[in-house]
Amino acid sequence: MRYFLRKIGFLLLTVWVAVTLNFVLPRLMPGNPAQAMMAKFAQQGPVSPSQEKALELMLGLPTGSLWSQYWSYLGNIVHFNFGTSYSYFPESVSNVILTALPWTLILVGIVTILQFVVGTLCGVYAAWNRGKKFDSTASVMLSFTAAFPYFWLALALIYFLAYLAKWFPISGGYSGSLHPAFQWSFIASAVYHSILPAITIFATGIGGSLLGMRNNMINTLGEDYILLAKAEGLKNRVVALRYAARNALLPIVTNFAMSLGLVVGGSLLMETVFAYPGMGYLLSTAVSNQDYPLLQALFLCITVSVLVANFIADLISGLLDPRLRRGATTS
Amino acid sequence: MKLDSLNSESFVNGASTTTGLSSAKAEEAKQAGAFRIVWSNRKARFGIIVLAIFVFIAIFGPWLAPYSISDTHFPTSMGPSAAHWLGTTQTGQDVLTQLLCGARVSMFVGFLSGAIVIAIALTIGFVAGYFGGWVDDVLSMLMNVMLVLPGLPLMILIASYIPSHGIWEIILVMSLTGWAFGGRTLRAQMLTLSRRDYVIAARFAGESPLRIIFREILPNSLSYIIANFFGAVTGAILAEAGLEFLGLGNPSITSWGTMIYWAQNGDALLEGQWAWVLAPGLCIALVASSLTFINFGIDAVANPRLQED
Repeated sequence: MRYFLRKIGFLLLTVWVAVTLNFVLPRLMPGNPAQAMMAKFAQQGPVSPSQEKALELMLGLPTGSLWSQYWSYLGNIVHFNFGTSYSYFPESVSNVILTALPWTLILVGIVTILQFVVGTLCGVYAAWNRGKKFDSTASVMLSFTAAFPYFWLALALIYFLAYLAKWFPISGGYSGSLHPAFQWSFIASAVYHSILPAITIFATGIGGSLLGMRNNMINTLGEDYILLAKAEGLKNRVVALRYAARNALLPIVTNFAMSLGLVVGGSLLMETVFAYPGMGYLLSTAVSNQDYPLLQALFLCITVSVLVANFIADLISGLLDPRLRRGATTS
Repeated sequence: MKLDSLNSESFVNGASTTTGLSSAKAEEAKQAGAFRIVWSNRKARFGIIVLAIFVFIAIFGPWLAPYSISDTHFPTSMGPSAAHWLGTTQTGQDVLTQLLCGARVSMFVGFLSGAIVIAIALTIGFVAGYFGGWVDDVLSMLMNVMLVLPGLPLMILIASYIPSHGIWEIILVMSLTGWAFGGRTLRAQMLTLSRRDYVIAARFAGESPLRIIFREILPNSLSYIIANFFGAVTGAILAEAGLEFLGLGNPSITSWGTMIYWAQNGDALLEGQWAWVLAPGLCIALVASSLTFINFGIDAVANPRLQED
């Protein structure tokens, strides 16, 4: 029980740090982001008083004491009131994010799960046949691809498969002649546009999960109970999957939950390269337009989802591994 | 039994510090041996050679380049040709020249950030691991918080509030956000080492914490530190490229990241100028993977089971 309380405490602490960081940073910086922002808004058209108020609180126009600003800022966040986006004026930031979120969740989510499953299974295979052909080629190749800046891989794919071979569209999330709707033609177009981004995420992510699983598995294979299981004449497949892989999977659970949490942030640079209408693309739009309200809200969304995912991972590994719980109470 | 081993350890330890000269020689021999082990690893040898080439380019790039970096009078947006191996940019610069000159900035930012990151990680990790108690609790909490905050979004957030964008701002942002991982592994290393007999012996002998850390523990964890340093440099080079690609660097300074930024902004791929986009990215990938490969060799020094014949 103490273990879970500690984890809840840690979750609350980290969320508070992220929220407060968001409040403090723009106020710390030289120059006044809030005033610059207001001036930009003024050029674009009338801003309603409530929107103006939200903006002031997010970015820190000097009204009232810092303390009261902080409280109203927290209140706004609890109500998901992040003000108005500059790049998508006059949409509210929450609306902009809600439109982008499904794109990222579906594409990056599916590919992350797929990449994890395939990578882990291949990792088991590589560790079981350690030093053989598959293992040595996979580890060398994947350490090389892990070093690729992944937006670069996306660029290379666009050049070869989209520009030269013309197999895939160059950018966007769906064909420009269609409108988002629950129709067959639209869904087909969206799937077609998502193939190249999916390959990019898959190719850059699989190295991590394969090598991680392989190394854990090699450690587990050195344990006595594996030797015993082998000595008992159990089938290789049973020893590999039921005995070794199950235990080697434990530390991986955390990694997996973390990467699921990162899904919300999208594959940031990948989405930028493909102009894919998800969260990552939104973030880079916010950066290039200096759209601080959008930027702050995105940072909060991404961070909170990572923190929650991390919390869930802690809970799961605590449930699966009693040693963790005991370790927490003794130390 | 325990006391016995303690005594003998402290005796050996005392002996080696009194005869400083011979121990220095022994250390030198040990270091040469370590390099030989790293070198004997095929992957690491490949990494060292690739890295050496890029260090050479970083130092002598401007002299190796076929044209001057400020030369902008070439025909614009050309594909690769005999006169311009990698083509020219939209503003009429030679891409190969940019690539060779940009190496310096990219490598400098990567290695300096890596060094700062590892210095912070080393200080915090060692202090936490050595002193334990509430110091460890506070610092560990700090590390855990930093570790779960997503890195790239945090860097982007900080970088976009900084009014000016340049090399130093990028180094600052990466140093502020990158140290937590190294800090945690070095703390763990410190925890195991500071429980070793020879360290306990040195404590009983009344050595100061600083001396114990620098003379006893640091030399014994050198391979971890170097491996962590290379890891940090890899991370920094990739993060730098990412930040510059998003336009958070100074676009008027030529580095590999800003080259890709300009190429992307100039729709280089859709003009068929593949070399302008692919070459800087390939350089980043080569440098980053050379460091990863060297780390395979360093792992072999720390863990003899991984050594190749």
